[in-house]
Amino acid sequence: MVTTFHYLLLSAALFTIGIIGVLTRRNIMVILMSIELMMNAVNINLIAFSDRLQQVTGQVFAIFVITVAAAEAAVGLGIVIAMFKNKETMNINEIDLMKW
Amino acid sequence: MLELVLFYIFAAIAVVSAICVITQKNVVHSAAFLGATLFAVAGIFLTLHAEFLAGVQVIVYVGGILVLFVFVIMLIAVERSEHERQFNRQWTIALITSAILIGEIAYGLYRGRDSFVLPPVVVPPAVPAAGNSELVGTALYTYYLLPFEIASILLLVAVVGAVALAKKRTSAEE
Repeated sequence: MVTTFHYLLLSAALFTIGIIGVLTRRNIMVILMSIELMMNAVNINLIAFSDRLQQVTGQVFAIFVITVAAAEAAVGLGIVIAMFKNKETMNINEIDLMKW
Repeated sequence: MLELVLFYIFAAIAVVSAICVITQKNVVHSAAFLGATLFAVAGIFLTLHAEFLAGVQVIVYVGGILVLFVFVIMLIAVERSEHERQFNRQWTIALITSAILIGEIAYGLYRGRDSFVLPPVVVPPAVPAAGNSELVGTALYTYYLLPFEIASILLLVAVVGAVALAKKRTSAEE
């Protein structure tokens, strides 16, 4: 019997992997992919509770999360392209123009 | 029983591919493993009786976002970044912070595990009157109409922003 607890554990694992990816990698593409992983973890949570409570609200919110993820990917990749035109790098440690 | 087996298969694929996403040197391999994770999460949605969301997951994430990632990887040079250092200098601090986060989540789940055992739903849908897509569509276009419209405006803003960010500067602007 698969319980909601199983899904929450899976979601926590995916979210933590995403966090580790964002914090440790230097390649900006991998960081964006890790953010997508975290969004997926949140969606699993929402839909698990939607199934548990027999309410469709969680699924509607998951659709909104997917919308935000699509917008974020479009803008983020636009920024990556603009950055690559200027600095010729994907390494976030070299993008430090606004760092004090 | 079948449900449990399917859940464990999809969960294993999702977690292993997710770990590969953040450890691979080559960005193209990371993107491929991300695709595997997204497909596995779509399978997880199917085990949760969210068929519409599983379809949306495959179409939007795999068909849209992942292809966009691969396009951008094609546009920018990948070879050079493979020879650079892949991880931050502060990766030890990052791992310690992540370990604290894991501890917090595990503690929260452990303490709250009883609250997840809710009493069974009083009125089980004996014969589901409408399919999953129909239920989601009805909720989306009636009760959640305003958030839905705001989401469409958000997408419009993102499209305009992405075009404005990525286009070439004309000589008049400089």
